[in-house]
Amino acid sequence: MKHNNAKKNLLDTKPKKIAALVVMVALVLYLPKSGLLSPYLVRILTMISLYSMLSLSLNLLTGFTGLVSIGHAGFCAVGGYTSALMWQYLGLPWLVTAICGMIMAGVVGLMLAAPTSRLSGSYLTIATLGFGEIVKMIALNWQSFTGGPLGVNHIERPEFFGITLTTFNGGFFYLSIILTALVTLFVYRIVNSKMGRAFMAIRDDSLAATMMGVDVTAYKMKSFVISAAIAGLGGAFYVHFVRFLDPNTFNFDISIIIISIVILGGTGSIPGSFLGAALLISFPEILRFASEYRFIIYGLILVLMMRFKPEGILGGHSHRPFRLMKGVESYGN
Amino acid sequence: MPKPILELKDINTYYGMIHAVKGINMEISKGEIVALIGSNGAGKSTTLNTIAGLLKPKKGQIIYDGKDLSHSSAAEIVKMGICLSPEGREVFPDLSVQDNLKLGAFTRKDRAMIQRDYDKVYSLFPRLYERKVQVAKTLSGGEQQMLAIGRALMSDPKVLLLDEPSLGLSPNLVMLIFDLIKDIKKLGVTILLVEQNAKMALKTADRAYVLETGRITLEGTGKQLLTDDNVRKAYLGNI
Repeated sequence: MKHNNAKKNLLDTKPKKIAALVVMVALVLYLPKSGLLSPYLVRILTMISLYSMLSLSLNLLTGFTGLVSIGHAGFCAVGGYTSALMWQYLGLPWLVTAICGMIMAGVVGLMLAAPTSRLSGSYLTIATLGFGEIVKMIALNWQSFTGGPLGVNHIERPEFFGITLTTFNGGFFYLSIILTALVTLFVYRIVNSKMGRAFMAIRDDSLAATMMGVDVTAYKMKSFVISAAIAGLGGAFYVHFVRFLDPNTFNFDISIIIISIVILGGTGSIPGSFLGAALLISFPEILRFASEYRFIIYGLILVLMMRFKPEGILGGHSHRPFRLMKGVESYGN
Repeated sequence: MPKPILELKDINTYYGMIHAVKGINMEISKGEIVALIGSNGAGKSTTLNTIAGLLKPKKGQIIYDGKDLSHSSAAEIVKMGICLSPEGREVFPDLSVQDNLKLGAFTRKDRAMIQRDYDKVYSLFPRLYERKVQVAKTLSGGEQQMLAIGRALMSDPKVLLLDEPSLGLSPNLVMLIFDLIKDIKKLGVTILLVEQNAKMALKTADRAYVLETGRITLEGTGKQLLTDDNVRKAYLGNI
């Protein structure tokens, strides 16, 4: 089969892959220092990175395990509040509070998953919607602890080795890139492991998964906990980035943006989460000239997407023909 | 008669209020192919699903290798060596052939043995080897059935339960699948087969049971039932 060799991908060899990676890393490190980007653009890039991380978290749950959550902001809120309140009451550094935020979000994820693990489809989705609202109501009404509607103010910026991270020194941008890279690696490793295959088996056919000896309930719960923990990390990053947190910081809109990114980019596609975040976070900024009308355009794009490519831009399997193995002729001729 | 590897004692299974399986007794010896035939709604699939642990019997015992399975979970039953290849070729449509087979070996840990079983499945179904990177939903019906059976074999079962393996396949593929079932028997796997295609099932099986509205009405060797007048009238088109 000649054409296989002729069409060899440019990035097929390992040294070339490493070189491409080094160039990308150098470019990313150089960008905020180059002066080419205004702080405004650096901020948008940071937000894209953050939302990539959040949508990877939801993609693991929705795209790979087939459980649709529209209360994902609730997990961000748990992570964010844990981190902010630990700073406020205990004065702990960001790294510690962020890890605690992750763990707390994971624990809450388990608390949500345990009673809902037998729900499926839209019933589970409605339960997650309720969960997002419950988190918001607790944050609003537990005034003595969370600050209620006044929220938590002047949250300290993260500090590493005596350097305080800001948008201006590019610190937040670097931190978000590092976190997103770690999360991407983590999600990639899970998806390509035995656990990932169990998730996808549950998504494709939970009865058949049971017949293969997959404990469906246990794996659904694992997916929930991992996804919630990553979302909690995202929340813990965000509140120290904007330095303010109130019950409306992580509202229903945020959940909808995250699920929109997953759907637009492609369910079950890791690169799709990045593409979706880049598109959906930059759209409102690019369309700023259209002022109030931009959300009409935004909505229209989503409607058209659902009509013409419901599996997302990079989602699902394309109609590209499969390459057969060497020496195998296609069957039927 | 040797001691049975799988024995059903007075199994009663309900769907809510509906009494689907009404006191079935069956015995399956090691290494034989046993067919379960009957018309729609006779309780054939219900019987298989009860053995596999997807349904819980309200009354009765399922004795496998001396142990009672009627309270074990489906995952535990797979680990003990009973695997069901479900009706309608329920392969994982978006996963590759290889990943489907990997999932078949989900409960197993011994890598060397798993590798040996990949080779076994691929030598049994060379067509699957040619298509191992393809996603399962792009396979033809016959290939999907091969994948479903191959995936069940990856759990290294002692007893393989096949639910309608010939469903929706063309006649020559039906022949192929039944030939493969005989090959699987030669590997030492005991097979319990549920079929609407009674003629093929009886030709292949060592013994068979006829199920009518949740009760066993006849049992015998495949040959006996093929020539039985009642069976011929009801299931073989009275030829």
